[in-house]
Amino acid sequence: MSDADLKSYRFRSERETEWRSLEALLDKIRKRGEKSLGREELLELPRLYRAAVSSLSTARAISLDRNLVSYLETLCAQGYLFIYGPRTTFWQKFSSFFKRDWPAAVYDASRATLLSALITFGFALIVFLLVQSDPEWFYPFQAFPDERTPEASVETLRASLYTERQDLAGSLSVFASHLFTHNTMVALLAFALGFAIGIPTAILLAYNGCILGAYTAIYFNKGLGYEIFGWLLIHGVTEIFAIILAGAAGFMIGGTLAFPGDKRRVDAMADAGKKAGTIGMGIIVMLFLAALLEGFGRQLINSDETRYLIATLTGLGWFSYFYLHGRRVR
Amino acid sequence: MAKQAIAGQGSTYQINAHDKRMWREVVTPEGAVIHLRLADAGERAVALLIDAAIMLITLIVGAFVIFLGISDGFFSAWGEFSEILFTLFFFLLRGFYFTAFELGRKAATPGKRVMRLRVVARDGKQLTANAVFARNVMRELEVFMPFSYLLMGAGDEPVSGLMTLLILVWLGVFVFLPVFNKDKLRAGDIVAGTWVIRNPKLELAEDISQAVAGKDTSDFQFTSKQLETYGEHELQVLEDVLRNSTHDVKKAVADRIRKRIKWDPVPGESDKEFLDAFYKSLRHTLETRMLFGNRKKDKFDLEKKG
Repeated sequence: MSDADLKSYRFRSERETEWRSLEALLDKIRKRGEKSLGREELLELPRLYRAAVSSLSTARAISLDRNLVSYLETLCAQGYLFIYGPRTTFWQKFSSFFKRDWPAAVYDASRATLLSALITFGFALIVFLLVQSDPEWFYPFQAFPDERTPEASVETLRASLYTERQDLAGSLSVFASHLFTHNTMVALLAFALGFAIGIPTAILLAYNGCILGAYTAIYFNKGLGYEIFGWLLIHGVTEIFAIILAGAAGFMIGGTLAFPGDKRRVDAMADAGKKAGTIGMGIIVMLFLAALLEGFGRQLINSDETRYLIATLTGLGWFSYFYLHGRRVR
Repeated sequence: MAKQAIAGQGSTYQINAHDKRMWREVVTPEGAVIHLRLADAGERAVALLIDAAIMLITLIVGAFVIFLGISDGFFSAWGEFSEILFTLFFFLLRGFYFTAFELGRKAATPGKRVMRLRVVARDGKQLTANAVFARNVMRELEVFMPFSYLLMGAGDEPVSGLMTLLILVWLGVFVFLPVFNKDKLRAGDIVAGTWVIRNPKLELAEDISQAVAGKDTSDFQFTSKQLETYGEHELQVLEDVLRNSTHDVKKAVADRIRKRIKWDPVPGESDKEFLDAFYKSLRHTLETRMLFGNRKKDKFDLEKKG
């Protein structure tokens, strides 16, 4: 180095080694993962990153070498993307999701959940009463082309509630097909349709409630009320709760789109979307459990009392998880 | 909070007006400003097509393995399972392909990796799992639902002409949404507070001011008047020329500068020597002015003289 060198070049040559070692560390992480870093390299990384960030600020103030400034900028950007990227381990994420994030998010969405539940059960009740007064009302809401209609005999209806065939393949097939049936798609769509100010979400929930009301009513009319609710609630507590939560998540997104409050609309949407996303991930878990309960629980357990017992236990479980635990950890 | 990079400011050097619009400022939690380049709509479309192709091939291969391997092969007694397995497989692929890859270290699906893109949180903070989930559940609404409806219809009924039109409009709205907003956000990005950027490329070349190091530059003594002709913009254009241009371009640029600053060529000087020497002197002058807070933006910036 001589006096003839530019000041900005001297600045560069004094620090280049540090930049190069940060570059090498980031390269190693990119190729072989952060676990390949040794203890010392790991300690070195944040120091080198901060040094690079400070070099960048200085370079912007003293150097007109565009290549140098854009190199530093890229180096800092890469360091930043690593340091603030999705970096926690899967298990950390997993446990914090179940311990805190999910129940707290559900608790925070209490009002939207209430709205969602009112729509579902309100329409279920209306259709239930309509079908009770006149069975013809069943047909607009017939969702499944099978023998479950107002014309069916008590025996046919009763038979549809209990399973003769109790083998693994039968249970698995119900489980798997259930993941894709009506209800799962309703849940995912109720979430996504929130994007249209929540109105399609409300329609979807209402329609789902109508089907619920129509089918329970035909059993109720034949004196099978106790049995149908046992059949429904063993998995339905979990499943209907999941759909209601999906609707609530949709309402959060839609409500924020309509009324962003003090924030810019895109920022408000992003905040609401992340909360809704937390609830949404949990909904997948709930629907999976509901499918298990439906596939195995309901196929193998044909006693009404046991079905009610399981329904009560799952109900109490979800409520205390979301509204007692969730309240504590939020 | 991320902002749009203000034109002409900062150190990012933009190629053209479109490129200029695509740079965004992100303030890191340390308070440093860095610039990130948004992905073009075209790049994202190609990435999506690659992902769709991968999903389709996986699905077909998976179907072959499940139906041939299990039904007719070793586990022929388990025939019933093949359909169940396939349903589960399809569900997992459709529901979690994007989420699983974007949660990884590279925050990108294979398609995005090929296109050198990644997903980043717009607020400059960490990209969280729920954001990745939310941005990908929206795909259900944006692509999967209208597509499967279009292909399979509702139940057994074929889709009517009007319905097809409506679905195409629906698809069109969501597919072209990123083209019509300045941050290139699709619905999922809006909901999740994310955007897709180009993975920055890293390259530190030699400092051009060192091209004349150790050489005798006594022939190239520029007067302060000659060095006041140009500003920082021209310096960076000159840097670009010296780094990337052909011999002919260098000659043309050298001739123009000689003419403009009224330079008497030293006998036997080459264009490269002249440009290297002029670059270093100009940079020295401008960087010194910069240190005193007296910057010269370009050759038209004549207001204040140091």
